[in-house]
Amino acid sequence: MSSIRFNRRTFLEFAGAGAAAAVLGGCSDGEGESSTGTRAIRWWHIANTDPMLSQWAAMASRFETAHPGVKFKITPLENEAFKTKLTTNIQAGDPPDIFHTWGGGVLFQQAEAGMVKDLTADVGGWKDTLIPTALDAYSSGGKTYASAVDTGMVGFWYNKELFARAGVNAPPATWADYLDAVRRLKAAGTTPIALAGKEKWPGHYYWAYLAMRVGGLDALRQAAADKNFSTPDFVAAGTRLAELVALQPFQTGFLAAGYSTADGQAATVGNGKAAMELMGQWAPVVQRDNSAGKKGLGDKLGFFAFPAVDGGKGQGTDVFGGGGGFAVGKDAPPEAIEFLKFIAQPENARIEAKTAGVLPVVAAAGDAVTDPNLKLVGKALAASTGFQLYLDQAYAPAVGQQVNDSVAELLAGKATPEKVAQAITTAAKQG
Amino acid sequence: MLTDERRPAPAAIPPPAEAVRRRRRPWPTVALFLSPALFLFGLLVLTPIVVAAYASFFNWNGFGAPSNFVGLDNFRRLLTDEIFVGDLRRTLLLITLSLGIQIPISLALAMLLNEPLRGRRVYRMLFFAPYVLSEVVTAVLFTMVFSPNQGLIAGTWLADTDTVMYALFFVISWKYFGFHTILYLAGRQSIPPELHDAAAMDGAGPWQAFRHITLPLLGPTIRISVFLSVLGTIQLFDMVWVLTGGGPIRSSETLAVTMFQEGFKRYHVGYASAISMVIFLISVTFGLLYQRFVLRRDLEGAVTTMGDQR
Repeated sequence: MSSIRFNRRTFLEFAGAGAAAAVLGGCSDGEGESSTGTRAIRWWHIANTDPMLSQWAAMASRFETAHPGVKFKITPLENEAFKTKLTTNIQAGDPPDIFHTWGGGVLFQQAEAGMVKDLTADVGGWKDTLIPTALDAYSSGGKTYASAVDTGMVGFWYNKELFARAGVNAPPATWADYLDAVRRLKAAGTTPIALAGKEKWPGHYYWAYLAMRVGGLDALRQAAADKNFSTPDFVAAGTRLAELVALQPFQTGFLAAGYSTADGQAATVGNGKAAMELMGQWAPVVQRDNSAGKKGLGDKLGFFAFPAVDGGKGQGTDVFGGGGGFAVGKDAPPEAIEFLKFIAQPENARIEAKTAGVLPVVAAAGDAVTDPNLKLVGKALAASTGFQLYLDQAYAPAVGQQVNDSVAELLAGKATPEKVAQAITTAAKQG
Repeated sequence: MLTDERRPAPAAIPPPAEAVRRRRRPWPTVALFLSPALFLFGLLVLTPIVVAAYASFFNWNGFGAPSNFVGLDNFRRLLTDEIFVGDLRRTLLLITLSLGIQIPISLALAMLLNEPLRGRRVYRMLFFAPYVLSEVVTAVLFTMVFSPNQGLIAGTWLADTDTVMYALFFVISWKYFGFHTILYLAGRQSIPPELHDAAAMDGAGPWQAFRHITLPLLGPTIRISVFLSVLGTIQLFDMVWVLTGGGPIRSSETLAVTMFQEGFKRYHVGYASAISMVIFLISVTFGLLYQRFVLRRDLEGAVTTMGDQR
């Protein structure tokens, strides 16, 4: 479940605040090599729940057996706590030996500061065993800074029963159809969309996808390079989103809703209280875990790609999303890289695909995916014509956060599409 | 200890030797005993303040050493930052609400609990219980209480930019009123009963007794309670972070939350340091002025007046 980027427990968010204090405690685990000749590998990952929590531990101990003298020190962290704790450690010049990464601007900023190892030569050794675009999110300027583990994409997860009841018989293929479906769902007395407004990142998916459909992938790349988002394409994307907001499609009180809390976005869909959510490949698992009786929607759950926008430059088959990978800290022992190679072995990647229900990047492990929903995602990914990483990871942190904040304002009906584009441009220029 | 041995037995010192004793203060011993505390204070309090002050003059993302010196730019930017100015406004709002509503209610409850009520021990314990909880636990509890569809107080209190600050104030009050109540109760119980007896004998009603005896004699307690309340509000973080995350759309952010957002989410460490310096300066200025002008008579003879040398 390493690709899951949500708050497992809301209160753990506070662990992030406590992380500053943790640095003090963290001073003690700086021993890379001890005098006895054992080499410690500090490994931070975000699979803080089973099945992957124990699978990673098992994989580490198998590696230890094969490599005498290597000793793992694993720290599983909740997503938000991980980000904060990692930031603190990296700013202190003490990155863990192996740590989770989503790639993109955040990783490249770490690379620029010399905090992670350049893995171009090492990962190049097993690059050919991976699916074609696997390393894109972790590579910049011809250099690769992390090894990919799994992949995925964002799309609409919907309740087939509620759609049928509202008379929406086929998943909408265009934005106009989509708005129409939302109107029908509302007319049928169903809440069309669940959204975690408190956490902001789920909201930015809408704006990002619309920008991709309206302006195309190049527009997103160009805007980041020019530090200019105040272009007609981005304003048009905001305008399309404002059309959706005007229909008031979200659940009551969505601005204060979390993602994976008892009454959050995932639970609302999982309990059949809203017809759909725009979310990544992990959505079915989280819906199930947070729904009443941990049942989720089962067979009623369906998946469709983000609709195309009429007259847009982007392809309806361009996908938005991301997976997880591992970066290696600057002072890591060579065995850390050896371990990344170890988990990229097809038999090990297959374990992850089978037990955790994620899409492996190792091509030979693809056959281990059995979940029908995940197969749908895999099929959409395989047929994709382009890929865009989550904007809050792809761009520099300040820009990514501004995207999240500004889109949240738009979703709350408190900002115009122009103001959103302008605020992001300002943040990009400020750096 | 060394100097002590050389010192004559205390009985040998004649009473007028006050000045002599002052001159002979055993400085090495003082230094020895002070040094651990001074070392920790310097390391954990002074150093971070100095580092933050230094960082606040740089445009710095926290990686490596700061190199892009920008002078007072970060502070200038603060003045035009809507969020930061909003933080100040929201802090003022919370202070006003706390002093105007929470403190009077606590005072009233303390007066009530001072009366011979049936089960007043139980009430006392119940009122104090929320204070024992951590802010985080309180906030998690109230995210459930305010849950829009299944909460005890269902509705969009936390989801509406117009109501979120009042919901937040409600939670803060729930957590802290018991603490202030206990302070007032202790203050009230230290007022000698003779005063009220005498007032009653002179024909003073309950309101007059409260107005002219209880309230003036509770002065020191009230002043301390206001002091704690204001400082707590300026530094408010945990509860907001867990309860609202500063949202919806940054409408409930406090100074500390904005600092966290800038420093840890946007990697604007220099700018975040500037915010932390502002928090520090506001707290210190308030603390000093308040002690100088408001708490002065309560502290008469205590350490801060430096034995009348001021």
